[in-house]
Amino acid sequence: MNRIQDKLKENKKLLSIYFTAGYPAPDSTVKILQELEKSGVDFVEIGLPFSDPLADGPTIQASSTTSLNNGMSTEVLFEQLKDIRETVSIPLVIMGYFNPMLQYGIEAFCKKCKEIGIDGLIIPDLPVREYNELYRKTFEKYDLINVFLITPQTSEERIRFIDEISDGFIYMVSSASVTGAKTTFGDTQETYFKRIDAMQLKAPQIVGFGISNAETFQQATKYAKGAIIGSAFVKHLTENGVDKIDDFVKAIR
Amino acid sequence: MSYFVDENGYYGDFGGAFIPEMLYPNVKELGEQYLKVMSDPSFIEEFEALLKDYVGRPTPLYFAKRLSEKYQTNIYLKREDLNHTGAHKINNTIGQILMAQRLGKKRIIAETGAGQHGVATATVCALMGLECIVYMGEIDIARQAPNVARMKMLGATVIPALSGSRTLKDATNEAIRDWINNPVDTHYIIGSVVGPHPYPDMVARFQSVISEEIKIQLLEKEGRSNPDYVIACVGGGSNAAGAFYHYLDEESVKLIAVEAAGKGVDSGESAATSILGEEGIIHGSKTLLMQTKDGQIIEPYSISAGLDYPGVGPLHAHLCKTKRAEFIAVTDDEAMKAGLELCRLEGVIPAIESSHALAIFNVKKFKKEDIVVLNLSGRGDKDLNTYINYFGFE
Repeated sequence: MNRIQDKLKENKKLLSIYFTAGYPAPDSTVKILQELEKSGVDFVEIGLPFSDPLADGPTIQASSTTSLNNGMSTEVLFEQLKDIRETVSIPLVIMGYFNPMLQYGIEAFCKKCKEIGIDGLIIPDLPVREYNELYRKTFEKYDLINVFLITPQTSEERIRFIDEISDGFIYMVSSASVTGAKTTFGDTQETYFKRIDAMQLKAPQIVGFGISNAETFQQATKYAKGAIIGSAFVKHLTENGVDKIDDFVKAIR
Repeated sequence: MSYFVDENGYYGDFGGAFIPEMLYPNVKELGEQYLKVMSDPSFIEEFEALLKDYVGRPTPLYFAKRLSEKYQTNIYLKREDLNHTGAHKINNTIGQILMAQRLGKKRIIAETGAGQHGVATATVCALMGLECIVYMGEIDIARQAPNVARMKMLGATVIPALSGSRTLKDATNEAIRDWINNPVDTHYIIGSVVGPHPYPDMVARFQSVISEEIKIQLLEKEGRSNPDYVIACVGGGSNAAGAFYHYLDEESVKLIAVEAAGKGVDSGESAATSILGEEGIIHGSKTLLMQTKDGQIIEPYSISAGLDYPGVGPLHAHLCKTKRAEFIAVTDDEAMKAGLELCRLEGVIPAIESSHALAIFNVKKFKKEDIVVLNLSGRGDKDLNTYINYFGFE
């Protein structure tokens, strides 16, 4: 059983945090993961930085640029994470764009993830069709869960299809936007959250994009299984470094 | 071997639609509609009427006598430089604005590097009374001030791309982000044969009027519609796609794509994607692109802002891999010299992009009886400052 699947069975609303590996400092990756686990975060998305992150707003873009300038790369990240399972036991997901993975080699990338103890991948620009036809078998061979996204514009038919091929959770993008754009949720989001909830999908939904504080976390998890905070945490890292991570998490729930 | 796009949006190994889910409905809608719309008689009629009366088509196919004498062959120039707004770019923006109208879109976004596509987009938006937002790298805004002014005169809003290297690739990222944020009422007019399917095919079809005309015009002048060679410069590759399009299946016609070597292919300052590129994904398309071993996209260099793109359209990646087209890279110096030579021999000041194609005659020898058609994609007015600085005219 994959750690993500175990976690999704727990009878609580899940809090997940995203951060960009290699940010704010080249060697802060492991320290941040340890602090997040200590402060009670349920699972973490480790961002593999990319030069051209299409789905991200300015905050995550800037952290990616700094990280790359800090010398972060796929190889460096794997090296930093090689002993991570000695100190961190919550589920770990790598979130990154497809091109760096393609250059590393998909089979080699998945194999390395398995060795380290990575549980899943979120690849915003890997289309569902290509995944299913070309990469699904490789992901399964290495016990990796691929996480698909849905948005307010995704058709019901496509949501049903995505639900059917999801082995973990569905990443529910809160609004039509890049990351870090919204700071509050209105009626549009509420209606959308309700609509998806009423579909009774088999895969639990975790809401991402636009969750920045206790209020938006509450709103997002009223219907969904959990929520992911990204840009707001990256901003916190920019302002406070790797200290006070516990304060940030405790302020959310 | 097919050189045209398949039903999944691929040219052989290249193409596809590697886009975030947020863009899926937009791209799907366009993919389902574009062929239907383009084959609608009222669309064809309006498109052709605007190309004729507004853009000034057909553009001449001009026999360049003195250039031909110098290089001992027969050179025809397809005069895309004589189009309204000064380049082939407007063929595509006319087509896409009509597409946007038929899809019920109210807001137009575009990316631009040197500003030619931005000007062509701002022009058609003014023509149709649609809101126009153009993303342009902060660095390009500084070095292409006249085109920024043109766009503003035409009523467009120019938004600086402040991320990454602040040039064309980042302007494209920003335009895509805008589309993610405005998924319902906005159409994104991509300026080249790049991006997710169906863009490469749609833009190639709008530009294919170039080779459609060459066939007719060459038949009139030479009694044959197929030349021995068709030559065009390639950045993203839209003018080359248009010039090659109706010759792709005519294997007797040799196709030459001229890329920008910048300061030299091995200088570290180059845009010769076919030589320096590896297979990868940029702006939603699997293609050849310049990238690090780690898969990060490299900022290219060329004296020509229009060729300064780290990738190449998936059609061209396919033509390169299958060797249907020969890819040749020429340096800044070779291009600038060839540009000046055209001024002196034919009285035509070419865009620096087109000067790259012209440099072929110093790199490759053609036979005396060969008929060579070169696509002169744009005029050089926009490049006067670069020419002045390079040659020191005062």
